Amino acid sequence: MDLFRDTFREAAVLIASGDLYTWRTALLSLRISAAAAILGFIVGVPVGTAVALWGPRARTWGAAFVNTGLAFPPVVVGLFVYMLLSRRGPLGELELLFTPAAMILAQFILAGPYVAAITLAGVQQVPADLRLQAMGLGASRWRALWLQVREARGAILAGVAAGFGAAISEVGAVMIVGGNILEETRVLTTAIVLETRRGQFARAMAMGLILLAIAFAVNVAIAHWQQRQPRRIWT
Amino acid sequence: MTTPEAGAAASAEAGSSPAHETILRGEALVRRYGGVPVASVDRIEVRSGEVLALLGPNGAGKSTLLRILAGLERPDAGRLVFRGREVRARDAELRRASACVFQRPYLWSGRVRDNVEFGLKARGVAPEERRRRTQAILDLLGIAALADAPVSTLSGGEARRVALARALVLEPQVLFLDEPTADLDVSIHRRFIEDVERAVRRSRRAVLLVTHLAPEAFALGDRIAVMECGRIVQEGTPEEIFEMPATEFAASFTGAEFLLRGRVRHAEGETVWVDLDTGGSLEARGRVATGAAVRVAYRPEDVVITVSGVEARSSARNRFEMRIAAARAYGSFVRLRLTGPGLTLVALITRHAMEDLGLRVSSIVTAQVKATALHTFETF
Repeated sequence: MDLFRDTFREAAVLIASGDLYTWRTALLSLRISAAAAILGFIVGVPVGTAVALWGPRARTWGAAFVNTGLAFPPVVVGLFVYMLLSRRGPLGELELLFTPAAMILAQFILAGPYVAAITLAGVQQVPADLRLQAMGLGASRWRALWLQVREARGAILAGVAAGFGAAISEVGAVMIVGGNILEETRVLTTAIVLETRRGQFARAMAMGLILLAIAFAVNVAIAHWQQRQPRRIWT
Repeated sequence: MTTPEAGAAASAEAGSSPAHETILRGEALVRRYGGVPVASVDRIEVRSGEVLALLGPNGAGKSTLLRILAGLERPDAGRLVFRGREVRARDAELRRASACVFQRPYLWSGRVRDNVEFGLKARGVAPEERRRRTQAILDLLGIAALADAPVSTLSGGEARRVALARALVLEPQVLFLDEPTADLDVSIHRRFIEDVERAVRRSRRAVLLVTHLAPEAFALGDRIAVMECGRIVQEGTPEEIFEMPATEFAASFTGAEFLLRGRVRHAEGETVWVDLDTGGSLEARGRVATGAAVRVAYRPEDVVITVSGVEARSSARNRFEMRIAAARAYGSFVRLRLTGPGLTLVALITRHAMEDLGLRVSSIVTAQVKATALHTFETF
């Protein structure tokens, strides 16, 4: 057990001493995954809302497709984005491969379905009669729809947090499209893989602890919003 | 006998007064769900300054009809005419001129004030004016203290009031109330109805009230349309519906209590003497002050019928020589409509008694009601 004890101790020292390599990697991870989650929010909320408002049959199929997105294997998404951005791919001219932009795109594909799926569940939970009530007070259809989506904001926030959590902790896609280039595309997960292979357990552990802390913060946010939502006012 | 046609004719007469101008009219409206008609109504009129109560059991199609009239649901057939202009579902002008309160409050999260201001915002009312009108309506409904409370902290009764305030603040030309008291406790229910009545009477707006509760319809309705299996089976004033329900269903539905309207001439302890609006007078029970406008409720089975000239052993002070104006049999009972000096009464006797006494329409009888069987309530 000495190995674990010593590794934890060293890792704690690295974090506490503000080790540049560790913290820069963490910051890049945060920025890329946050960007992916925001993109996921922009696309996922309208998609989830639209599917929630479809008729029962279409909604069943829509939900199946959105939920399939939750099961995308990151390496396969990485492969897909790599081909898309490779020199011979349709977007090859943009020369985005091995840049943070490519990593954001890949993580967006992974995070978007979380936002859409949880938005879908949340909007569906809001009674449709709430929209009818809004229209019954003279609201336009769009204002009434906005109101229904707004009532699902707890779910939407939870979806964004879950998408962010999925993005920041995945390794397969960013490894393939980012290339793990030091100070450019090296993020927490790819760094952990590398440092572990090098036998630098303390560095890997330091980044692992930061990743765990982020995951915890994300889930605190989700739990907080879920517990705070008053449901009974609708009925 | 009041048939649906006769009822419609009678109410058309009442509508000729300018205060009761028809503001919204439905013609030959049909709505089907999965091919099955859930509402099929030849004609329905909502008039300004009048409460039209749509009374019927659950599943009669009342709420569907309300949503169609409010422009929230498209009928499969028929016409909707608002202020003389044919309108389609979701018509902006109709929806702007109306406000709905549904069975459940459906408040959105935020403060009470945000909910009440919602419709005003949707109509682009300036913030200053919004605040003023919101405050006034919260005062009227006695919930001013809750203005800044988050809606999640409200009780069921308070939430209903907020839902009502949210509609009333718009001062709509047509107010739609869809079972606004569903699931309310008995104690809160009465106060809520009084609030609705106060708010409604205050203005000259048109109100369509959907309810499955006869007392609610009779307390608030100027006209009542009884709805059964998607159709309006009878329409008329509360008195007309009470006195001669068109169907057995309507008879069972209108409950046991009949109402007479009047004013207290003199009160002494629990005994009151009431001058009826129709000219007659009664001795009744109630704790009401002299001069108060009242409703007197009685049960038709408490009206004792004897053939005129025969002395009945009864301590009843209310004795009237009356004529049988109409009779209708329901099972083994017969409901009699009696007209006499300044009042109309409804009596329920067995078919047997009817035959034994040799009674028929236009027979003259003596009707007696004990003062203790007449209950007086103040109206607002």
